[in-house]
Amino acid sequence: MSLKLGVPSKGRLMEKTFAWFEKRGIVLSRSGSDREYAGKVEGIDGVSLILLSAGEMPRELAAGRIHLGVTGIDLVQEKLPRWEQQVEEVSQLGFGKADLIIATPACWVDVDTLDDLDAVAAAFRKAHGHRLRIATKYHRLVREFLTDAGVADYTLVDSQGATEGTVMNETAEAVADITSTGETLRANHLKILSDGLILRSQATLWRSRVASYDAEDKAVLSELLDRLA
Amino acid sequence: MANRSQIQARAAMMRVRFEAAGAQVVDPPLLQPAETLLDLYGEDIRARAYVTSDALRGEQMLRPDFTLPVVQMHMSDGAEPARYTYSGEVFRRQELNPDRSNEYIQVGYEVFDRDDPSGADAEVFSLFALQLRGLPLRAATGDIGILTAAVQGLRTTDRRKAALMRHLWRPRRFRILLERFAGRKPAPEERDALLNAEDPLAVDAPMIGKRRATEIEARIEALREDRDTPPIADSELAGLETLLNVRETMPFALEQLRDVAVDLPQITQALDRLEARVAALQARGVDVARLDFEAAYGRTSMEYYDGFVFGFYAEGRPDLPPIATGGRYDALTRQLGNGAEIPAVGGVLRPDLMLEIEEAAQ
Repeated sequence: MSLKLGVPSKGRLMEKTFAWFEKRGIVLSRSGSDREYAGKVEGIDGVSLILLSAGEMPRELAAGRIHLGVTGIDLVQEKLPRWEQQVEEVSQLGFGKADLIIATPACWVDVDTLDDLDAVAAAFRKAHGHRLRIATKYHRLVREFLTDAGVADYTLVDSQGATEGTVMNETAEAVADITSTGETLRANHLKILSDGLILRSQATLWRSRVASYDAEDKAVLSELLDRLA
Repeated sequence: MANRSQIQARAAMMRVRFEAAGAQVVDPPLLQPAETLLDLYGEDIRARAYVTSDALRGEQMLRPDFTLPVVQMHMSDGAEPARYTYSGEVFRRQELNPDRSNEYIQVGYEVFDRDDPSGADAEVFSLFALQLRGLPLRAATGDIGILTAAVQGLRTTDRRKAALMRHLWRPRRFRILLERFAGRKPAPEERDALLNAEDPLAVDAPMIGKRRATEIEARIEALREDRDTPPIADSELAGLETLLNVRETMPFALEQLRDVAVDLPQITQALDRLEARVAALQARGVDVARLDFEAAYGRTSMEYYDGFVFGFYAEGRPDLPPIATGGRYDALTRQLGNGAEIPAVGGVLRPDLMLEIEEAAQ
């Protein structure tokens, strides 16, 4: 057996993860062609690299099919109920930073806070006959946040991409999405509510609490964690 | 642990007792149209109910309770007065607490009757107490109607009252609103700037989305009006706070609430109804002198109740959900009645939990 380390299979997130490990003397690389999702690990024995989509990482960690995995805080908290019991945070990696926020049209000059959003939702429902729609892919996190804040008369509509465009297309009145610079929001004439920050996320290395670890895995894990500390 | 057939046998037995009390058996479908439930409970219901769908009927929910389909059924073709009983599974998503069941059996009893609401309240409560006799339970009661009357009688604008009523079931937001309307929390400076602006809509942003400029203007007008409205009086605010803290046995609670009515005379009628209910409970042999009453009871979990509310809880088992809950929901019949309405009261029991407590007691 070996300790299975899950790393995002594509793009900047993969490259930055590779660089982060390399700085700590562990060289991760894709083997073979760019299209092949297999990898190798140099600089430590007993660890194997599994390349996966970042979105599948929480599920794989929670199922114990991988021991360690790199993915965003947002995805772990959205996809894993009671996530603290299933995974443990090993280290925040300092990149992939993004905030999950609630944004409304910039032209809503009367809306600055959740309080306003709630009042507008009530009036909107009366005027239009349906609840104020918030487009998002983070259903659980957004719902829990809004329930806690006591916002009513809204409905979540699913949006798996180009979420910022939904307001202009009139398929939603507001959005809840991740943003790092706010550039896309501004380009789509949206503004962030002053108290609309749901979660600060970044790429994070997680350890599965449910995976099984034999004696050898445990030894490798403690060596790896020492090296990463 | 009691097995499924034991639970079903107990449920059947309890249902027969409700039939003996004059109820007709009903059996609503397991799948309920999601839209009605969403309209009633809002997005929160998605966290509590299982949603499924097909291309033809769209979103459906596995019934999270019986009250809604029973009310719908009664409002579309029920005779008057009517008493219904049912038993069967309800389904609740449990994302936070793995010890809570996501599927369990409820037995219920619902009364739709225009005459003598106090008598109907007492009838439901005493029948439930009878079903639960011998179990180590504590009964809690309350009355949402008193709080509703207090809010609706405040000496302030209808808009403020509507905002408070809308959040009656969300104590935190209710408090924030109340403090703002009482002038305890000043509005942020930017808000002043906006309301004082000659043309508030003159910003460097295109009008996008389904919410139109006229709607934004209307809200700004409403905000200006609200700014110029005097705050809710201290005496009213203090009265509301005292009211929400009343937690006593029935007779003392009534006495304290009568004191509150000096500052909030609008609750007097609701208190008369409470007094009539106490008498009706007493007439049915309920020991009201030892019955707990909390004015804030039922505010967080029982969204469609608008009058009498009650629950039975296992003594020494705070880990268990209530063994039985119920209350009055006149407004729900109005909401689902397409113009019709009828006073209604009812509740549900959990035979699985009753068996669990009995087993533990042996």
